[in-house]
Amino acid sequence: MQSNAGMEYDYSIVKLFLWTTVIFGIVGMLIGVLIAAQLAYPELNYLLGEYGTFSRLRPLHTNVVIYGFTLSAIWASFYYSGQRVLKVSIAESKFLSILIKVHFGLYIIAAAAMVVTLLMGITASKEYAQMEWPLDIVIVLIWVIWGVAMFGLIGIRREKTLYISMWYYIACFLGVAMLYLFNNMALPTYFFSGGLGNIMHSVSMYSGTNDAMVQWWWGHNAVAFVFTVPIIAMIYYFLPKESGQAIYSYKLSLLSFWGLMFVYLWAGGHHLLWSTVPDWVQTMSSVFSIILILPSWGSAINMLLTMKGGWNQLTENPIIKLMVLASTFYMLATLEGPIQAVKSVNAIAHFTDWIPGHVHDGTLGWVAFMAFAAVMHMAPRVFKREIYSKSLLDAQFWLQTVAIVLYFASMWIAGITQGMMWRAVDEYGNLMYSFIDTVSVLHPYYVIRALGGFLYFVGMLMFAYNFYKTATSGRKLETEPQFRSPMA
Amino acid sequence: MFHWLEKNPFFFAVVVFLVIAFAGVVTILPNFSEASQPIKGLKPYTVLELAGKEVYKKDNCLSCHSQLIRPFKSETDRYGQYSLSGEYAYDRPFLWGSKRTGPDLHRVGNYRTTDWHENHMWDPKSVVPDSIMPAYKHQYTNMADIETAYAEAVTVKNIFKTPYGPEIAEGKAAFEKHFKDVVLPEAKMITAGMKKADIKAMVDSGEIPEIVAIIAYMNRLGNKRTQ
Ligand code: HEC
Repeated sequence: MQSNAGMEYDYSIVKLFLWTTVIFGIVGMLIGVLIAAQLAYPELNYLLGEYGTFSRLRPLHTNVVIYGFTLSAIWASFYYSGQRVLKVSIAESKFLSILIKVHFGLYIIAAAAMVVTLLMGITASKEYAQMEWPLDIVIVLIWVIWGVAMFGLIGIRREKTLYISMWYYIACFLGVAMLYLFNNMALPTYFFSGGLGNIMHSVSMYSGTNDAMVQWWWGHNAVAFVFTVPIIAMIYYFLPKESGQAIYSYKLSLLSFWGLMFVYLWAGGHHLLWSTVPDWVQTMSSVFSIILILPSWGSAINMLLTMKGGWNQLTENPIIKLMVLASTFYMLATLEGPIQAVKSVNAIAHFTDWIPGHVHDGTLGWVAFMAFAAVMHMAPRVFKREIYSKSLLDAQFWLQTVAIVLYFASMWIAGITQGMMWRAVDEYGNLMYSFIDTVSVLHPYYVIRALGGFLYFVGMLMFAYNFYKTATSGRKLETEPQFRSPMA
Repeated sequence: MFHWLEKNPFFFAVVVFLVIAFAGVVTILPNFSEASQPIKGLKPYTVLELAGKEVYKKDNCLSCHSQLIRPFKSETDRYGQYSLSGEYAYDRPFLWGSKRTGPDLHRVGNYRTTDWHENHMWDPKSVVPDSIMPAYKHQYTNMADIETAYAEAVTVKNIFKTPYGPEIAEGKAAFEKHFKDVVLPEAKMITAGMKKADIKAMVDSGEIPEIVAIIAYMNRLGNKRTQ
């Protein structure tokens, strides 16, 4: 390996994506808190007329946190660590310098269009793929641009061997490209009807059971290739860089990577257990979901063991805390998911609040914690300033950890309670509860969940303030910090 | 071999792609054509019902309601016969949902009526006091987009051979004729079961509010699929 000394990297695009991470984080989580509160207090549905109902806002929440907050963090991390592991600066290529500006510009346009169209109810209605066809085209364009930028950087790299993080970024690019394209195949009706109706409207190429298969092949693997693969790419880079510890095992990373690639895609069918998709597909997806524990835990254990001999850092450095807890939540979520994919458990868990509970173990505990850690590691190096406040970061960590516990504990209880009540029968075999009984009983859990969400959001605001202060008025740094990020 | 791949990004990408594409090919393709077959007697949605389905998507009822009755006694007791693949053959997109904050709606047409929906959609709490479903009052003033629904019928007829009759044809003139001859009368049959005078008046004057379309759609969910 050549040394980093003397290399100057181009962080202009990283800065932009760091800011959008923070902004989309605030917006997306705020909407999340609102819709959580609406389930506890339905009057809150009427704050914004037809645009403020739970049902309109829910896709906005998911899309803003996935494609806004998470993708921004991923791209900031990619453009930051990509240059560094490939030992090449974006500024070395005029073409790439322009391309990344187009990348960011189109991204902002697409994000704005997404917010407007979803609020208006213009939707293809497939989960995490709600955006209608004109937006899909822009998104494909953005994705291609990112791909060109990635392979462009790879093409002019000095370090010939691709670091582990790069494997995961490449997989993220390919996986999302394939899944997104197939799942969003739709015909714009305007062009097939002699110019009738709304030009934005389209109809899916697949129907019924097939559409469901393709959708959850996508839906599940959007989790894989947006919430898992690139986040692993981030932790493989930022954990060793922040801690100064070497990755525990290269073999384990190899095994986990290829294992994850092969196994993940089979598991999509576990969203469709007991549905009308063929039985053998359901069973396959159950089996592969269990196998998925191996590569998932492989990565997580590799991360935790990387800290071997350096555990003292856990008490001293909140960024390390965030990353270690992220790995732990990753282990929890990747154990919980397979449990829910067992058919008999799924019979109770499916359609209940245990599912969003599970998702938030992963997103709040793993994805967002990792994003916060990555942003805070990058900020001092990108803005050449000390992190504004360590105690604020610490307080954020503890507040949000409590928030996640409130969130998942309440949703576990709510989900299992409701699942059991739906099937409860009296001594004559008649259903014991009317549906509304199974809704009313959830009220306290919805209140606790909303509170958990609110606390997490407060943590997000603390983070945003800390970031803003770091970027604008943190103490200036003369030299780039090695390993542990400096904090006031 | 892995070391070699790590130095050759192009081949690395090719191998990753093959590995991840494999599962999709194996699980989705074998049943593809069988899964798209309708049950016997399944009728495609009328244009009014398609417009209602668009309202269902627009207001995203599927964020709280499933349309998938699983093969358990507790579900068939509550909602009726479990769902069959062939019942969904004309559902583009599928609307199974993934969360049951409210009850399943796959056969709601069998046990809820037009006037029940009229009251419930206006104010769910007035019908079910503990309900946490939002009121959808704007559906009583927003107009349904019948033309787009018609465009969808034309598209699926031409491209996917969904069995519509010759009255579903390209172009504005065909649409206007269909609207007058078929869609409006169907809407009037819905308003005949409703109480709100202003809704009746709107339909009589040739405008169809969203609530009429979505009720037509919900009435269709159930035995009326094949009648
Ligand atoms: C926030 C979640 C939520 C949303 C969004 C929602 N509902 Fe509901 N829905 C419920 C709940 C809870 C019930 C049960 C209580 C009741 O009947 O109001 C229900 C009940 C119903 C029922 C009665 C079903 C039965 O078997 O009794 C119908 C019909 C219905 N909803 C239609 C809709 C339509 C149409 C939409 C979209 C415009 C919609 N719902 C959106 C939560 C929701």
